[in-house]
Amino acid sequence: MTTTPTSTPAAPEREAGGGARLLGSLLRLREVPVTLALIVLVVVTYLANPLFLGAQGVKDLLLNATIVIILAVGQALVIITRNVDLSVGSILGLVAFSTGTLFATFPGIPIIVVFLAGMALGALLGAVNGLLVTVAKVPALVITLGTLYIYRGLNNAWAGGKQYFAGDRPDAFGSLSVDTVLGFPLITLIAIVVVVVVAVYMVGTRPGRDLYAIGSDPAAAELFGIPVSRRVFLAFLTNGVLAGLAGVLYASRFNSVGATTGSGLELDVVAAAVVGGVAIFGGSGSVVGAAIGAVLLTTITSALTALRVDKFWQQAIVGALILAAIIIDRIAGLRTAKKLRVSEARDV
Amino acid sequence: MSNTVTTTPALDTSKTLAAEPRGRTGAARLLLGRDAVMIYALLAFVLYGMIAIPRFASPVTVGFLLLDVIPVLLIALPMTLIIITGEIDLSVASIAGLTSALMGVLWAAGLDIGTVLAISLLAGVAAGAFNGFLVAVVGLPSLAVTIGTLALFRGLALVVIGDNAVANFPPELTAFFTSKLGGTGIPTVMIGVVLVALFFGVLLHFTPFGRGLYALGFSKEAATFVGIKVARAKFWLYVGSGSVSALAGIYWTLRYSSARSDNASGLELTVIAAVLLGGVSIFGGKGSIPGVIAGVLLIGTINFALRLGRVSDVVLIIVTGTLLIASVVAPSVFEAIKRWQHNRRLRRSLPQVPASGETNATAPGVQERK
Amino acid sequence: MHPAPDLTGGALEPAPILSLHGAVKAFGAVVALAEGTIEIRPGEIHALVGENGAGKSTLVKVLAGLYHPDAGDFRVEGEAVAFRSVADSKAAGISVIYQEPTLFPDLTVAENIFIGRQPKGRLGLISRATMRKQARALFAQLGVRIDPDRVAEGLSIADQQIIEIAKAISLDARVLVMDEPTAALSGVEVERLFQVARGLREKGAGILFISHRFDEVFALCDRITVMRDGRYIATHQTSAVTVPQIVREMVGRDIAQLFPKEVAAIGAPVLQVKDLGRAGVFSDISFEVRAGEIVALAGLVGAGRTEVARAVFGIDPYDRGSVEFLGKKLRSHNPQAAIDVGMGFVPEDRRKQGLVMELSVERNAALTLRNRLARFGLINARAERRVAAEWTSRLQVKTGSPEFKVSTLSGGNQQKVVLAKWLATEPKFLIVDEPTRGIDVGTKSEVHRLLSDLAGRGIAILMISSELPEVLGMADRVLVMHEGRITAELDRADATPESIMHAATASLERTP
Repeated sequence: MTTTPTSTPAAPEREAGGGARLLGSLLRLREVPVTLALIVLVVVTYLANPLFLGAQGVKDLLLNATIVIILAVGQALVIITRNVDLSVGSILGLVAFSTGTLFATFPGIPIIVVFLAGMALGALLGAVNGLLVTVAKVPALVITLGTLYIYRGLNNAWAGGKQYFAGDRPDAFGSLSVDTVLGFPLITLIAIVVVVVVAVYMVGTRPGRDLYAIGSDPAAAELFGIPVSRRVFLAFLTNGVLAGLAGVLYASRFNSVGATTGSGLELDVVAAAVVGGVAIFGGSGSVVGAAIGAVLLTTITSALTALRVDKFWQQAIVGALILAAIIIDRIAGLRTAKKLRVSEARDV
Repeated sequence: MSNTVTTTPALDTSKTLAAEPRGRTGAARLLLGRDAVMIYALLAFVLYGMIAIPRFASPVTVGFLLLDVIPVLLIALPMTLIIITGEIDLSVASIAGLTSALMGVLWAAGLDIGTVLAISLLAGVAAGAFNGFLVAVVGLPSLAVTIGTLALFRGLALVVIGDNAVANFPPELTAFFTSKLGGTGIPTVMIGVVLVALFFGVLLHFTPFGRGLYALGFSKEAATFVGIKVARAKFWLYVGSGSVSALAGIYWTLRYSSARSDNASGLELTVIAAVLLGGVSIFGGKGSIPGVIAGVLLIGTINFALRLGRVSDVVLIIVTGTLLIASVVAPSVFEAIKRWQHNRRLRRSLPQVPASGETNATAPGVQERK
Repeated sequence: MHPAPDLTGGALEPAPILSLHGAVKAFGAVVALAEGTIEIRPGEIHALVGENGAGKSTLVKVLAGLYHPDAGDFRVEGEAVAFRSVADSKAAGISVIYQEPTLFPDLTVAENIFIGRQPKGRLGLISRATMRKQARALFAQLGVRIDPDRVAEGLSIADQQIIEIAKAISLDARVLVMDEPTAALSGVEVERLFQVARGLREKGAGILFISHRFDEVFALCDRITVMRDGRYIATHQTSAVTVPQIVREMVGRDIAQLFPKEVAAIGAPVLQVKDLGRAGVFSDISFEVRAGEIVALAGLVGAGRTEVARAVFGIDPYDRGSVEFLGKKLRSHNPQAAIDVGMGFVPEDRRKQGLVMELSVERNAALTLRNRLARFGLINARAERRVAAEWTSRLQVKTGSPEFKVSTLSGGNQQKVVLAKWLATEPKFLIVDEPTRGIDVGTKSEVHRLLSDLAGRGIAILMISSELPEVLGMADRVLVMHEGRITAELDRADATPESIMHAATASLERTP
C-alpha cells in the first residue's frame, strides 16, 4: 500500500465534460441570482410597459444607478475584508457640498480640479475610518457609525441652511449627466470604468486577492503574514475615494446639494452589495456583483413606477431582497457543511 | 535525567480563598465600576450645567430633556441585553416607525383607541419575533438580518401610511403624554419608563436568565455547557426589543401627536451610541443597565445644554458620533498601554532571573493587576 | 547557564539547518516554555514528543515566528535569527503545518497555495492558468489529485494538509514542521503523508514531526527529542531507544505507581447508553457507568470520544439510540435536562467551553447553580457568593479575590474552578474530558485524588483521556474507541498500554 496514489474522495477531479463543468461553475457564481433577478425584473416590466425600455427610459435607469454603483463597488471592497463602512452617505454629502462650494467660490475652476479635490477629500475621510478601524481594532460597524454622525454633523455645521443649485455650476459640469456616448450618459461611463478597474484589481492582483483572504479568515491571514492592517486601511481609503467621486457626480446629476445630501444612502449601498452576492461576513462576492445589485435596487424603483405599483413598496422590497440574499447564502453554506460532514464520514 | 518535577504550582503568589477576606463589598463595587464612571460623568456634567449654563437649572429643563430622551432610553434597555449577548438589532427605529404608521391608519379608520394601541403593540411583538426567528432559529448573522428588516419594516410603514400624516389623536391622550408630575417637571410617562427600566434591570442583573446572557456574550460554547438555551434566550430578547420599540413608537406618535412613516428614523444609531457609551462592549459580555441609563442621559443632557447654548440641532450629532468613537476606542488604547507596560516590565525582569519556570513566577503577572 | 545537552543522539552528522537552545517563553506568570531546545539536520525526520502541556506547541510557534522568545539562542544554518513575524520565519525557509490547517475557505485550492506570490502573466496580472498548472505539478509530485480550481471550503482535513505541504514545497522550505499532522487522518491518508515526508527527506529537507502515536514516530523518524513540563529532556537516535524508555522520559516517573484510584464500592448503573449513533460521527455506542466507578474512554484524538460525551450530555443531538439516567430516559439535545437530573461535564477546552474567561471566579463557580439559587425568579446574590466561596475553597482554588477574572488564574486553578462549578451541583454522574490537560503536575495529582475521592463517595465518572498513564491509573474499566466505534472494553486488570493502543489504532498489522 506504499505506492498507491490515492485520489481523494472529497474532490474527484474530472477533466472530461468541460461544458458541463463550465455550466456548473457558472451556476455556483454568486452573481447569478442577482443577475437573474435583474433580467426577470426588466423583462416583466418591459412586457407590461414597453416605454420602460425606451431610449429615455434606459438613460434614466443608468443615470439613477450610476452613483449607487460607484458606492457599492467601494462598499464591496470593504465588506469583502469583513468590515463595513456606514459613513459613505455622509462622505458623499460632504464632498457634494464642497463641490458646490468650489464652483460657487471659484467660478471657472477647471472641472478636473474639482474631481481631484472631491476624491482627495473622500480619501481623507476614508483614511480616518481606516485608521480608527485598524489601529483601535474596534468593529468597523461602530467606528463608521460614529463617523457617519461626525461627517454629517460637519456637513450640517458647514452648510447650515445653505444649498447650491445647478445654476451655480458650469454647464459643462452638468452636461456630464446629460450627454451620452452610444446611449450611455458620461457619468455612467465613469462608473463603468470604475467597476472594470476595481474588478481587475480584485481578481488580478496580489493585494486584491489578499483582501479576499483577510475576509475569509482574518486570523489565518495574520498567521500567514498578510499585512492585514495595511490592506484593510487601503480598502477604507479606496472606498473613501470612490465615495468622493460619487459625491462630485452627485453634484453634477442633481440640482441641489446641501446639508442633508446623501443621508440614508448607506443603507441602499450595503443592500446593493449584499443583494449582489457579497457575503456580509467577508471573503466572497465581487464588485461586479455589487454593481449589478446597485442596478437592481435602482431599477426596482423605476419598475414600480412603470408597473404603476405604489412607489411606497420600494423600500420594503429592498428589505425583503436583503433578507432573501442572506437566506440564499445560508442555504448554500448549509449545503457545503453537510457535504463536508458526509465526506468526512466516508473518510472514517 | 533527574526528576525535576516540583509540586508547587507555577503561581503561588496569592492566598487561598478561605484565608482571604471578602473582596470589594457590594457598595465599593458599585462605586468603582465602569457604570459608576458614567454616572459620575453625568452628575459632573449636570452640575457644570447648573452652574455655568443659564436657564439650565429649572424644572422645564428636566421636563424637556426627559421627554426628548424617552424613546432612546426605552429602546436602549433591550438593546443593552442584545448587545451583551453579542448580537445587535438595527431595526428598532423602523419598528417604532411601523408602529406609528399603523397607529395612524387604524385610528384614521375609526377604531377604538384601545384597540389601536393593542394592535400596534402586537405588531412590534411580531416584528421582534420575526427578527428573533431569523437570528436565533435560522441562525443568520444579526447584523445582516436587522439591516434587512431595518429597510423592510420602514418600507412597510411607508406601504401602510404612504406620505400621509395622521394628527387628530384624542387630545386628552396626547396631553397626558406631555403632562408633568406636579411641579417637578418630570413627565408622567416616566413612571412607565421607570417600570420598563426596572424590568430589564432586574432581568439582567438579578435573574438566572441575566446571568446566562453574560456567559453567552463571552462564550456561546461555555454557555451551552452549563445548560443555557442559547437560541431561546436570543429569540425572546428580540421579541422584547420589538415590543419596547413599539412602545417607543406609540410614545413618539402621541408625544408629537403625529403618525408618520418616518417617525423615529435614524434613532437606532443614537440608541447604539448611547448603549456603547454606557459601557456595553460591542463584543458582548460586558455592560449594565445603570451604566446605559447614565449614557443615555449624558448624551441627552449634553445635547440639551448645547441647544440652550444655541448650537444647532443638526450639528449636535457630531457630539454623539465623537462620544461613540471615544467610548469604543478608549478601552483599546488603555489596553495597549497596559500591554506595553507589562511587556516592558517583563523584559526588564527577565535577564536577571535564570530561565526557569519557578523563578519566573515572581515576574509581574496578570494576577497583580486590577 | 545551560549545560550543553547532548543533542546528537550519539551520532555525528551534518551541521543542523535549524537549532534552538534554551528558548524561554512566558505569558504573564505562566511559563509555557522553560527550556526549548531542538536541532534539525538536513535530510532527517525528527520527532518531538511529550505529554500535552509539555511545551511542544509553544516551541513550534517560536519556530514559526508567531511567538518571540524571551530568551534563548535561535539559529538557522548557523546564523542567529530573531523572527519578528511569520513572514520572517517563512523567508528563512521554515514552513509550519498546524494541527488544524489554516486555509482560506473562500479561496480556491491553487490560490491557497500561492496566496501573496501568485504567478503573474501579461500586464502584471495574476495568471490563473499558470497558477493552476503549477498547482497540478505540485500535486503530481505528491502523488495526489485535488482539483486546483475548487474552493478550499469543504475539503477533508487530509486534503487540507496536503495543500499545506504543497505550499511548503512551492516555498522551497528547508525545514518543514508538522504539528500532529496525523491526528485526524485515516490509515491510508497517514501512509500517503509519510510517503510525502520521506520524499522531502530524500531531497535534503529537515522535518520536525510532532505526534502522540509512537508507532508512527518509530516508523518514520530518525531521531526523537523528548520534552516535559516546558523543558528539553533528551534526544535519541530512534534505533537506539525503546517505547517504554521514551514514555518514562515523557512522564518523568514510573507509570505503574501513578494515579492510584482507591478501591470504591461499585453500585448500580447510573448511566446507560444504548446503541447511540450520529451519522458520520459515531455509531453503535453502548455502555454503562455505575456508581463509584470510573470508566475511561480511551482512543486517539478524533476517534469520536468527545463527540459521544457531548451527545450523552445533550450538547449535540444524536440520530439513534437512547441515554438512560438512573433508569429514566433522558431528553436528547438538552444540557439543562442533563444538569437537572444530576449530570456534570468538565469539557476538554477549559478556556472556550469550561469557563467564561472574562467573568469572575465566583460567577463562573456559581453559573451551574444559577437556577437553583433563584427564589421567586431572583438570584440571591449572597447565597451565590457563599456557594462559590465554599466550593472554590474546598478545592483550594488559589486566587487573590473571588472577583478576579478567571482568566488571571493559572491553568490548574482554572481547572479547579471548572470542577468546583460542577461539584457545587452535587452531581451523581460526571463526565471529565481530558481533566488534566495543560495543568501543572502538582494540580494534576490533586485532580486525580479528587476524582478518586468522588468515586469513593459513589459518584459515577466517565473520563476521557489521551494520556495512557492516567487511563491506566484511574480507570476501573476502559472503553477504547476507534473511528467512531467502541473497539474494546477492558477491565482494570486487562488494561495495558499495549492492549489499549492495539484497540485504539486498529493497526495490528503494523505493530511490531
